[in-house]
Amino acid sequence: MPTLTIDGTEVTVDPGTTVLQACEEVGVEVPRFCYHERLSIAGNCRMCLVEMEKAPKPIASCAMPAGDGMIIHTNTELVKKAREGVMEFLLINHPLDCPICDQGGECDLQDQAMAFGRGRNRFDENKRAVEDKEMGPLISTTMTRCIHCMRCVRFSEEVAGVPDMGALYRGENMQITTYLEKTLDSEMSGNVVDLCPVGALTSKPYAFTARSWELKHTETIDVMDALGSNIRVDTRGAAVMRILPRLHEEINEEWISDKTRYVFDGLKSRRLDKAYVRKNKKLTEASWADAFAAIKKKLKAIKGSEIAAIAGDLADMESMAALKDLMGTLGSKRVECRQDGAALDASIRAGYVMNSGIMGVEDADYLLLVGTNPRLEAPSLNTRIRKAVRHMGLKVANIGSSEDFTYPTTEYGNDASLLKKVLGGRHEISKALKAAKNPMIIVGQGALTGASGSAVLKTAHDIADKYCIKDNWNGFNVLHTAAARVGGLDLGLTTQGGIRSIVEDAQAKKLKAVFLLGADEIDTSVFKDTFVVYVGTHGDEGVKNADVILPAAAYTEKFGSYANTEGRFQRTDKATFAPGDAREDWTIFRALSDVIGNTLPYNNLKELRTRIAKDVPNFDDLDMLHVNSWGDFGVEGDIKDTEMHVAVTNFYQTNPVARSSQIMSDCVDARSELAEEATGTHG
Amino acid sequence: MLADKDRIFTNLYGHQSPGIEAAMKRGDWDGTKSLIEKGRDWIIGEMKESGLRGRGGAGFPTGLKWSFMPKESDGRPSYLVVNADEGEPGTCKDRDLMRHDPHKLIEGCLIAGFAMNAVAAYIYIRGEFYREAEALESAIEEARKKGFLGKDACGSGYAFDVYVHRGAGAYICGEETALIESLEGKKGQPRLKPPFPANVGVWGCPTTVNNVESIAVAPTILRRGGTWFAGLGRPNNTGTKVFCISGHVNNPCNVEEEMGIPLKELIEKHAGGVRGGWDNLLAVIPGGSSVPVLPKDVCDTVLMDFDSLRDVQSGLGTAAVIVMDKSTDIVKAIARLSEFYKHESCGQCTPCREGTGWMWRVMERLVEGSADKSEIDMLLEVTKQVEGHTICALGDAAAWPIQGLMRHFRGEVEARIDAYQAKAAE
Repeated sequence: MPTLTIDGTEVTVDPGTTVLQACEEVGVEVPRFCYHERLSIAGNCRMCLVEMEKAPKPIASCAMPAGDGMIIHTNTELVKKAREGVMEFLLINHPLDCPICDQGGECDLQDQAMAFGRGRNRFDENKRAVEDKEMGPLISTTMTRCIHCMRCVRFSEEVAGVPDMGALYRGENMQITTYLEKTLDSEMSGNVVDLCPVGALTSKPYAFTARSWELKHTETIDVMDALGSNIRVDTRGAAVMRILPRLHEEINEEWISDKTRYVFDGLKSRRLDKAYVRKNKKLTEASWADAFAAIKKKLKAIKGSEIAAIAGDLADMESMAALKDLMGTLGSKRVECRQDGAALDASIRAGYVMNSGIMGVEDADYLLLVGTNPRLEAPSLNTRIRKAVRHMGLKVANIGSSEDFTYPTTEYGNDASLLKKVLGGRHEISKALKAAKNPMIIVGQGALTGASGSAVLKTAHDIADKYCIKDNWNGFNVLHTAAARVGGLDLGLTTQGGIRSIVEDAQAKKLKAVFLLGADEIDTSVFKDTFVVYVGTHGDEGVKNADVILPAAAYTEKFGSYANTEGRFQRTDKATFAPGDAREDWTIFRALSDVIGNTLPYNNLKELRTRIAKDVPNFDDLDMLHVNSWGDFGVEGDIKDTEMHVAVTNFYQTNPVARSSQIMSDCVDARSELAEEATGTHG
Repeated sequence: MLADKDRIFTNLYGHQSPGIEAAMKRGDWDGTKSLIEKGRDWIIGEMKESGLRGRGGAGFPTGLKWSFMPKESDGRPSYLVVNADEGEPGTCKDRDLMRHDPHKLIEGCLIAGFAMNAVAAYIYIRGEFYREAEALESAIEEARKKGFLGKDACGSGYAFDVYVHRGAGAYICGEETALIESLEGKKGQPRLKPPFPANVGVWGCPTTVNNVESIAVAPTILRRGGTWFAGLGRPNNTGTKVFCISGHVNNPCNVEEEMGIPLKELIEKHAGGVRGGWDNLLAVIPGGSSVPVLPKDVCDTVLMDFDSLRDVQSGLGTAAVIVMDKSTDIVKAIARLSEFYKHESCGQCTPCREGTGWMWRVMERLVEGSADKSEIDMLLEVTKQVEGHTICALGDAAAWPIQGLMRHFRGEVEARIDAYQAKAAE
């Protein structure tokens, strides 16, 4: 434990700490551009120079390991001059076009020039200009502003795992580029915008739309995947202008996926802002009262056993609980949240969450992926796995479709029946699981949605039981793709036979009415002859065969609770109001129950949450991970359909918000162009 | 003057064959096995005793450098890397050593490699040195055939081999860590230190990077003893050194001389004197383009070694003596060097990337005189802002020639500005 003196204050730090980090520990601010705690040390901006006694010249504090007995000064004339000098160098070829730069107001260069610069210009020569680079639909470039800190290059190489960026040429002609001027082949590319300390890489969709100081910031939770990444939604008036990541070490660190970041334009288009009722086979606008009356009228003639409800991928727990209660008042217990047909068992919580936690990836030394591609299903988790592979010696094996995960995997083919052999104990994987200190299995939805899903689940359970359950370690993990799923399972929204039996009953005309709560990932044509009430946000799949449409609030427009794939409860905050007549979903069910004449017993969100907390343990214990007791789940059986599904094939368009987003659609085009180029069979 | 018997590079001029038979007649590969058998500590001890300081420019004690290498492997192999990326303007010693006397280097690689427990040596040779790379390749092949290299090098039981890697012609790749990056196949950009290459070098393994001359003199030093080498030259500046004399002399040449030889003697004895006589001398850059220029009055008396040249605010560098007579436009000459450093800056760190271009542009205007006198001090301040603030020494190297110019020829620069302004006023 080295002890060093910084500006007269003695501090003892952990071995391996850099001088810059030590400075931060004693509250001494050291300016920097290239240094970033989550990237490798470049030491190239030279802004963090400090004086070390006995050193002949100033040292780069970001790169210098703290040593015992070092005496560091950060407030001397020498340091001041060094900072002024570097600042001057950074600015001589910088265009200083702050008034037309999107980074204005949140620019490191601007801030540090104010704090550490000299404030006058001695550079009489012509400034350098650099041609802009094409980086696809998400990232706008103004390369003249680049200060060559290399953060973007280091990010794409180290975190995103796509060595698409780099520097060309030398000296003052050096340019940051994607070499081939193409879209970054990554789901995490938008993070380079956050990393860029200047306005060289900015957000293309956000370009020239707002100034940072005009925006209202709302701290909330993302629902594009099941990780519950922490985000900040920036709004101006009613419009969401952009979405940025918030720091959460245990979930998303400080990264978010491109879908999370850029889906916001989908919140504005194809929105349901009025209630609709089908009259003479045509959907016509209606008032809330008329819509409710139409439902009441229809339901009168239908028995409770002939009604079902399906909760979609983005539903919050409050809405699902209210839907369940509403169905209860109608005499139906048929509420299903597994719209993808995954054979998950709601009775044992350990059987449907990520027991090791997302952080567990960093403790694990062997990871077996079963029917999942985390790169597309949960990109932030994938970067965590990559980090563990790179720095913590994690080994990854894959049973499932072979993909470019951005880290090396041992491929065992897309054959679910292999799990039986693994359970047998003679297989290579069995030996690796046995030898590992903290073995981990991640079962994806692709493995559970086939006809043998429950047998796969059972086998995975048995493997975990045999190898992955230890003191303080549960290596059994389910990776969800839907933000709503764990919450739905916690509320017990499962039915005998699942979605398949609902579909079969609808086709056999045994089902008379169905409530769809944002259920857009199923083929609703099966409900042609069923009375469909759709409660949701977008004119997507769910409305096609709807008889009554009730407009609801999207995730940025309501206070909702979500349990992420780890089972961690988090809540969204309301950033804007829902458009037009749209209302928060649970209030719709509450109002409808009132019209039907059997009012749900809660008048506000607090009462509803109290009601949920009775059924769901730890519901109010936000942002905490709890140990789930281990038990038996899944159904013994043969694994017949050996080839597993791929849960997410089109990363950018997995939910109604994303499907309504023009930006996401542009991304699909850009990435498919990349894929086409890669085959080399064109022309 | 160095006696012929004390000469190390006896085929510096290529009068004899560079082949192994001729080299062995000159004494190379003589008793290499017995040198190895004396052990690592003895070799490093002799090298320390000899007082040899690195011949690449920085002058770091070679024996000490070797001793930094791990004695016991922690599982990683160690490597010796020979820096043959001789790019310093004015320097051409390594080129001739490799072309005419490659076996000195190869044998040195084996002995140095053994001393630091290295498994192999990589000779990173400048891309333009095509013939020299050929000469090395054939010398290595000859040595392998004789059993001097390979699984049982010189019958000592030590497995060692030497490989040649050709660079692509970037000056910065002569900086040891940039060279390592380049050797690994990456963009040649210096690494941060610490960690030093002796800890984390090529492919993350312990590595020592030495100049060609430092390695090539090692076998002779060991054969004749560290004390012999230490007896030449002055204390702390021992041994012989190959000087490269170029510019306005009658007979530009490479010559091996004793350290500490007076500059005037060096030029007059070996290079046929300054063109037009000693009094026609304007200035000398004594150690390659990176070191500050010296005016004639200093050249009259200065000795050619590390400490003497440091005392006159210059440096021995690579001992590339660039002689300029009175016909030289000294401002333009230094401006040309500024352009060189601007062109060769790798662009990684801010002061050098931005500063070299700025300094060059101001220098170009000073050549014409189209500047304000206050810009001279501003330029000096900029050089100070670059110097010592960069990752590698290229920033310093770009700053020093300008500082040297202003230290000794400021009057010339100011006169030019006056002339320009007078002309503009007409």
